Amino acid sequence: MQNRIDQLFAAKQHGVLNIYCTAGYPELNDTLPVMTALQQHGADLIELGMPFSDPLADGPVIQDSGTRALKNGMSVHTLFEQLAGFRERIYVPVILMGYLNPVLLYGVEAFVKKCAEAGVDGVILPDLPMAEYAAEYKTIFEQNNVHLIFLVTPETSDERIRQLDSLSRGFLYAVSSSSTTGKDKDMSHQQAYFERLQQLKLQNPVLIGFGIKDKTTFDTACRYTNGAIIGTAFIKALGEGKDIDSTVRTFIGAIKN
Amino acid sequence: MDIAIDTSKSRYHIDKNGYYGRFGGAYVPEMLFPNVDELQHKYMEVLSDPAFQQEFEALLRDYVGRPSPLYFAKRLSEKYQAKIFLKREDLNHTGAHKVNNTIGQILLAKRLGKKRIIAETGAGQHGVATATVCALMGMECVVYMGSIDIERQAPNVSRMKMLGATVVAATSGSQTLKDATNEAIRDWINNPVDTHYILGTAAGPHPYPDMVARLQSVISEEIRKQLLEKTGSELPDYVVACIGGGSNAAGAFFHYLDEEEVKLVAVEAGGKGVHSGHSAATTQLGKIGIIHASKTLLMQTEDGQITEPYSISAGLDYPGIGPMHAHLYETGRAMFLDATDDEALAAAYELCKLEGIIPAMESAHALAKLKDLPFNPDDVVVVCLSGRGDKDLNTYIRHMNK
Repeated sequence: MQNRIDQLFAAKQHGVLNIYCTAGYPELNDTLPVMTALQQHGADLIELGMPFSDPLADGPVIQDSGTRALKNGMSVHTLFEQLAGFRERIYVPVILMGYLNPVLLYGVEAFVKKCAEAGVDGVILPDLPMAEYAAEYKTIFEQNNVHLIFLVTPETSDERIRQLDSLSRGFLYAVSSSSTTGKDKDMSHQQAYFERLQQLKLQNPVLIGFGIKDKTTFDTACRYTNGAIIGTAFIKALGEGKDIDSTVRTFIGAIKN
Repeated sequence: MDIAIDTSKSRYHIDKNGYYGRFGGAYVPEMLFPNVDELQHKYMEVLSDPAFQQEFEALLRDYVGRPSPLYFAKRLSEKYQAKIFLKREDLNHTGAHKVNNTIGQILLAKRLGKKRIIAETGAGQHGVATATVCALMGMECVVYMGSIDIERQAPNVSRMKMLGATVVAATSGSQTLKDATNEAIRDWINNPVDTHYILGTAAGPHPYPDMVARLQSVISEEIRKQLLEKTGSELPDYVVACIGGGSNAAGAFFHYLDEEEVKLVAVEAGGKGVHSGHSAATTQLGKIGIIHASKTLLMQTEDGQITEPYSISAGLDYPGIGPMHAHLYETGRAMFLDATDDEALAAAYELCKLEGIIPAMESAHALAKLKDLPFNPDDVVVVCLSGRGDKDLNTYIRHMNK
């Protein structure tokens, strides 16, 4: 079967909306209800965060959601238990985002096989070095048809962007500014970077993440690339909202309309 | 000076990719790649520059007070039936070995054109040493410290503030050293261009473990010269040092790593006992993984979440260990022991009474193992007395009458 991420971008090149949520947040068993609501109300892709005790790339909001999820009892094992059979209900592509340590301890090959078995389409591991992936793990991911998605930033050189693009599968994750998640940096300065990405004519679709929080920022990102990723703003809404379904409906409605 | 010595032939130093055996590397998110890449490409060039070495040496001499004495501890030697020397890092300006590294790194930061310095601190010793060199160089300084540590190390917080640093509370996670380090790394991600991160121990992404070890290697460089003068040989039988992340041990071991006849002893914090659930003995309790962007041994749950260690000494209260030390442990080049809180306290009181020196709680862990090592009377033993005990007076007073 063709990877669902590739299917998505084959069918839709513009305005792809990827929403990040933390597994096991706000409550342990909210993972699937949140995913179901995201799909129903129009998310094109779901990025599911695997909580970690020391998430270096994340700002306070996503960190706190991870801390809460861990307190709720979330773990890699529990997540795979929750995901067993989820493809009966969820058809949009799903990506797991997490940090390398828990995956190493689980065993990279076991982890990737489990992803394939559950129907997970891609993985983001921001602290996995490109060279180590190429030398040790690329074959495992490719054999299991699980895409590994790399990040680039405004500080990444053209040459390195090309290297990361050639190893990345599914799409390339363009971090909008040099920051942790959830920082409010002015996006107008990033125009040159977005244009640079356009001009590089990369092999992968590009989604912009970090700092995308509302319709304006989403639309700006979509002008330059295939779509954008929203994390912190959604976690905030989920933390403040009452019931999952109406929170998700309102949140996505405000971005798409 | 030998801080830029060629170590490419040694099996105990980093290889060309920044690994000690299977430990080390730079597991940084892409946002940090340019910063770490810049350091990787420039640190050896800077450390090898004679002008840098001259400036570093002059500050160590005139500002820090180096060389620190190698003191023959006569009464301690009588008690343990060996020739015991103390490397007096406690006599450095700011009271510990930490300043060797901060002096070196601030000079490096200047050469890289950085305007702003960030650091993490646990007990506050590295924070004070960083605030000190920032004052010296007129640079902006932000120190991250766990909010729990801010409460229990109030005097050092005041010192840092007096020296002009901004102390920022790390309120995430367990609110101690590990989280302060996370916050410092996040600050660096958010300020990639103008900021240098002065990491305080021989851990973190490559090149920090090697860079910090080299800047601390003045300790063993001096020991060799001083021992030659005092004993006729540069080589002792034992070098003993405490180890949290491992910067004083890295410095004390550095120029002895390839001298296999010198026994290297690293003493971890056993806390209330290695298997009590309240310990920081990483080699005993840890598994390989990634902490603070380095592949090394660390304490973690079955699910790969990093756990909170425990030690009476805030400076050893770290769930990982520098990658060099993980490699020394795995290859058997160094012997790893652990000292409990009680053993360390007893050793601290003993040093006070026998030698008139109040050691830091951390250094007392190294002293605590003198009783367990199988010395011959002629053995020459060097203990790295990494810091002084002023900062630990409250702890010492609290336990004195128990």
